[in-house]
Amino acid sequence: MKRQVHIAMQVNNEPVEVSFAPYKTLLEVLREDLNLCGTKHGCELGECGACAVLLDDLPVLSCLVLAVECEGRRVTTIEGLVTYGRLHPLQEAFADLGATQCGYCTPGYLVTAKALLDEHAHPTRDQIREALAGNLCRCTGYQQIFEAVEAAIQSSAERGEAKLAPRSARPEEAQP
Amino acid sequence: MKENTLRLIGKPRRRVDGRAKVTGQTKFADDIMLPRMLHCKLLRSSVPHARIVRIDTSRALAHPGVHLVLTGKDFQVPYGILPVSQDEYPLQPEHVRFVGDPVAAVIARDELTAFEALDLIDVEYEPLRTFSTPEESLEHEQPRIHDYGDRGNIHKAVSLAFGDVDKAFAAADEVFEDTFFYQGNTHLPIEQHASVAAKDPDGKLVLWSSTQTPHYVHRAIARALQMRPAHIRVVAMPNGGGFGGKSDPFHHEIVVCKAALLLDRPVKICLTREEVFYCHRGRHPVLMQFKTGVKRDGTITGVHLKTLLDGGAYGSYGVASMFYTGALQTVTYHIPTYKFQGCRVFTNKPPCGPKRGHGTPQSRFGQEVQLDKIAEKLAIDPAELRLRIVEKPDTLTANYLQVTTTGLTECIRRIVAASDWKTRFRKLPHGRGLGLACSSYLSGAGLPIYFNDLPHSGVQLKLDRSGGVAAFCGATEIGQGSDDVLVGCVAEVLGIDPLDIRAVTGDTDLTPVDLGSYSSRVTLMMGNAAIQAAERARELLADAVSRKLEIPKGRLVFAERRVFDAEDPDKGVSFSEAVCLAEAAFGTIGTTGSYTPPKLGGRYKGGGVGPSPTYSYSAAVVEVEVDASTGWIHVPRVWIAHDIGRALNPTLVRGQVEGGVYMALGEALMEEQEFRRLPKRLSDALVHKFPSILEYKSPTTLEMPEVFTELIENPDPRGPFGAKEAGQGPLLPVMPAVANAVYDAVGVRIDEVPITPEKILKALEAKAAGKSPRYGPAKFADVPWPETLQVPPPWEGGDGKAINSPPKAAKEPARKSPATEAVQS
Amino acid sequence: MMRLPYFRYLAPRTVHEAADLLAASAGDAMLVAGGTDVLPNMKRRQQVPGTLVGLRQVAELKQMTNGDGLRIGAGMTLTEVVSRLKIPGPYAALRQAAVQVATPHIRNVGTLGGNLCLDTRCNYYDQNYEWRKAINFCMKKDGKTCWVATSSPKCLAVSSTDTAPALLALQATVTLVSAEKTRQIALADLYRNDGIHYLTRQPTEILTAIDVPRLGGWRSTYWKLRRRGSFDFPVLSVAAALKFAPDGSVEDARIVLGAVASRPLETPAASASLIGQRLTDEAIARASELAAVPARPMDNTDFTLAWRKRVARDFVTYALREVRGDDVSKLRLSVARQLV
Repeated sequence: MKRQVHIAMQVNNEPVEVSFAPYKTLLEVLREDLNLCGTKHGCELGECGACAVLLDDLPVLSCLVLAVECEGRRVTTIEGLVTYGRLHPLQEAFADLGATQCGYCTPGYLVTAKALLDEHAHPTRDQIREALAGNLCRCTGYQQIFEAVEAAIQSSAERGEAKLAPRSARPEEAQP
Repeated sequence: MKENTLRLIGKPRRRVDGRAKVTGQTKFADDIMLPRMLHCKLLRSSVPHARIVRIDTSRALAHPGVHLVLTGKDFQVPYGILPVSQDEYPLQPEHVRFVGDPVAAVIARDELTAFEALDLIDVEYEPLRTFSTPEESLEHEQPRIHDYGDRGNIHKAVSLAFGDVDKAFAAADEVFEDTFFYQGNTHLPIEQHASVAAKDPDGKLVLWSSTQTPHYVHRAIARALQMRPAHIRVVAMPNGGGFGGKSDPFHHEIVVCKAALLLDRPVKICLTREEVFYCHRGRHPVLMQFKTGVKRDGTITGVHLKTLLDGGAYGSYGVASMFYTGALQTVTYHIPTYKFQGCRVFTNKPPCGPKRGHGTPQSRFGQEVQLDKIAEKLAIDPAELRLRIVEKPDTLTANYLQVTTTGLTECIRRIVAASDWKTRFRKLPHGRGLGLACSSYLSGAGLPIYFNDLPHSGVQLKLDRSGGVAAFCGATEIGQGSDDVLVGCVAEVLGIDPLDIRAVTGDTDLTPVDLGSYSSRVTLMMGNAAIQAAERARELLADAVSRKLEIPKGRLVFAERRVFDAEDPDKGVSFSEAVCLAEAAFGTIGTTGSYTPPKLGGRYKGGGVGPSPTYSYSAAVVEVEVDASTGWIHVPRVWIAHDIGRALNPTLVRGQVEGGVYMALGEALMEEQEFRRLPKRLSDALVHKFPSILEYKSPTTLEMPEVFTELIENPDPRGPFGAKEAGQGPLLPVMPAVANAVYDAVGVRIDEVPITPEKILKALEAKAAGKSPRYGPAKFADVPWPETLQVPPPWEGGDGKAINSPPKAAKEPARKSPATEAVQS
Repeated sequence: MMRLPYFRYLAPRTVHEAADLLAASAGDAMLVAGGTDVLPNMKRRQQVPGTLVGLRQVAELKQMTNGDGLRIGAGMTLTEVVSRLKIPGPYAALRQAAVQVATPHIRNVGTLGGNLCLDTRCNYYDQNYEWRKAINFCMKKDGKTCWVATSSPKCLAVSSTDTAPALLALQATVTLVSAEKTRQIALADLYRNDGIHYLTRQPTEILTAIDVPRLGGWRSTYWKLRRRGSFDFPVLSVAAALKFAPDGSVEDARIVLGAVASRPLETPAASASLIGQRLTDEAIARASELAAVPARPMDNTDFTLAWRKRVARDFVTYALREVRGDDVSKLRLSVARQLV
């Protein structure tokens, strides 16, 4: 009964096999067994939203998902938002517009907002508020978060998701 | 630095740690995973007040996977954040004072094993009388919760008079007396406190921790474990929110240090949310009474303020918190005569301490609500009343606080205009209302927590031949953007890009001391230190470049990663070349800067709390909608103006202001640190009512109103590039503005925080029944005040010293402490 | 971090298999569907089953069909229920209830069956093991006393499901399957007014489906009182379903209160008062007063009990006004914080 459990799943578009203690939630397996510490926790009871990840593309709380139930499923964490060294437009906007302060709730917001934008290309401010109503942030007062999501919609629309033009003042583009 | 030459400062900019945060790469304490790491859990008292008769750890020690069990016997020396309150042990040896007080620790192979073993520790308690309210603690002197403090269960009581208030009241046209209650609440950072301790390869101790004050934690560990401080390294990891809740040295930090030393293996602890509520150090519940005399034109003749603070079970910052309830009234408005009486008592609840605004929001609430009542009685618009009484710049107040610049008048004008105050106040339909309030706050405490003459902040720079700069400072990134301030100031002075600078912060081995991220001190103090260090480096580079290019030093410009001739911009060298020239001329380039506040404050006992190099000012208008049938309250909009001096990075300043409004609305409307006492005939229990994020109500995206923020920029000569604080002040005016708006909406006074639908409805029912349309405390408590210290204000010929010396209350020290420290007062 | 205790995990693929596993585990097993209720309870050691029977892979629990009425598989997530009820018609109460459960994240995994079987809640019970130890536990778990009312012979934990009052108003029935038999009962008969034994479901039974009759001529809605527009459980809720005659008078009515007892409370007197009436302000006021009578909130949730009792009639009024066709969008915004 106390032996390890072994499962295979897709994490950030890569196949992963992992063994872990059978009582663990997806949150614990991501952080402790897969070293993906970008996913945070603030209560482990489903009361704060810090541990949000995408499970089969839907935002869920990883603290309330049994890891044994993740066999064969697709998990996206904050680590999976960067593609080919490019930040997701949401990440750029959050960094630029003050939507991250302490940064602890930020991964949960970003994956949740990504799911929103993947479903609705142009959500209204109210739809953004609703979609993010399961994430608590004690730092920002949310306003800069809403603005960042809206800016990301704009920039995604302007650039097209696939080819993002570089912006200035980013480490990747910093000139010597 | 001249206004027109600033390139970086004052412009909205991605924060320097922005990328790390949005990619989830910022490493918080619980993200540290080390080989061979063990896990620690604390057993906490299940009783509110008791003697420990016996602890048996044998069953826990025998549990498979358990490596070590520690109890109070393993720690001999108490510690505490203030030298006057060294009253905590890592694990309580004999006396537990609240449900949640740690008594034992289990270190095991994993967290679940440690948790299981906790239940195998047998503790026998002998119950003591439980004190659940300040009134009970005042009434019964025995048993004492602590064997130190003024007397009985009074931790500290003071009485200070700056002039004769009775005369001031006699000279007034109207005298107002109002009693208020401000409920306690907590910080609720989303990150739970976590720490990892290890022996480094050299056998010395390292602690990585979510702390706002690594320097004080460093001192506390050295004291509690009786170790050589030079062999302890404390690394403050970025905090996942602090708000004051991670400013004390904590039990768990010292316990994991001890365990790591004994086991020679890394040991981690990460608190549960429930334990974070027990660490607390949050807002003190405060009962207060304001007596204010005014002339018909609104001019204040005198104020007499009494406060009673429910301190919880330990000292923490409590003596300072108590003084802060009386400190800043005079900085906001001109009060020619002022009397302050404050008292903090111990109760059997988690200790209160500093939360955003530290001690000042409670009395700010009382004062601003009372001013609203005064304005109504005198038939003066509340905004106009405040404009008449704001404290003037370059003033020494009645209690000897130095106001340098104040933008409060401009703040009030801006929110009045933005909220359309003049056409809407008292004119909205029943059920809708506007309320206005103001505030001020420190930009850094003028004095350190332990007495010393040393700088409060130090910055060290190392300039590399590559053109890169490393900036070292003990300041702690808690989300407020301190790394960005550090880097921004250095980049501005040296004319390089923020990304060329590596910030190394909050590490007691590597960085010069900065006292920590509390009291809104970092921007001002670290900023000034950073500018000094950078200017010294620029001087060296300018010397070398000037010699090489034969351009007078005064003509050299540092910008765009170049050093060039202002009159012929093509003539110059790259920044990295400039560093090489300087290194060739002077050797390795490194500079330091430090900041020590000017000598401030009165020389009376208690005069050390309140002085600050400069004060920030805020004013807010809140709009509410109140349902008269249910009392339901809805806040659709808030306007706030903040006197920031200068916004170093306006994106971050706005975030601080809006975050302050958010936290304020939580306090104003729903957040409460509440306790439940079971029926005494059946149980001794006194427990936190709901130590969970679900039941401690933090507003969500759906509750947050639209906030319209205005920044008032009037550079202060003492601030870095003129900057003042933004982290705490903007929280302060919001709670009273809500209360004042409720009055405008439905005509009832809620003299209490939080302002809930239940209270509004009760007040409405009282109003309908022809009773006083108010909800709030009926009277102030009966406090045995000490004799009053008489300090004549500056305009009565005073020099900041007391003219009498009341007998000292009989005191016993908690314990003979090996490191005796001077009392800061 | 809070950790689950050790447990055995079983993953049947059919209802049949699941029922057999439950039967074989003799009281030591619990079902887990979305897990958003049972997992926090396990972390707090309120429930410590030795075996969890996971229903995630039971496909037959995830179907929704429109026949003569509506049949919803108990394993459908609340998000799925909401999105399938985009045009809810008479089932508006169910949509309103489901869309207000907890948070978007929780609705993405929490199921309708799970919400109907939600453990009763109480401020003395929904606490960590260490906290409950500090009050010497309570009647519902490990203790003897009900601290809400110390002389109470039964547990007073609160029924906190949003969807049950709504589905009760909509006259739903539920199907319960065990290894031995399948039975269909009125949803009203699933609940008992006892905080511990709040369900008539046997431990070996699986709630597999919810049936709501075709409700021609009915209109319904659901209102929820909670401190915040998200996260919070209801501390008072009102579901109302009314059938209107062609002349606009009320032909039939169901008003059900949630979160004021250990089960959802039907209010027959209030409902009866509306029959044959037009929904005038007076009729609404009378029904609201009557509906609020049986509400007996206790001091074991958010807000004071006196106030929760006091505003019950206001919430009934909101519901009846909305069913009448009043524009209540501003109230929805300020009271329920529902933006969209």
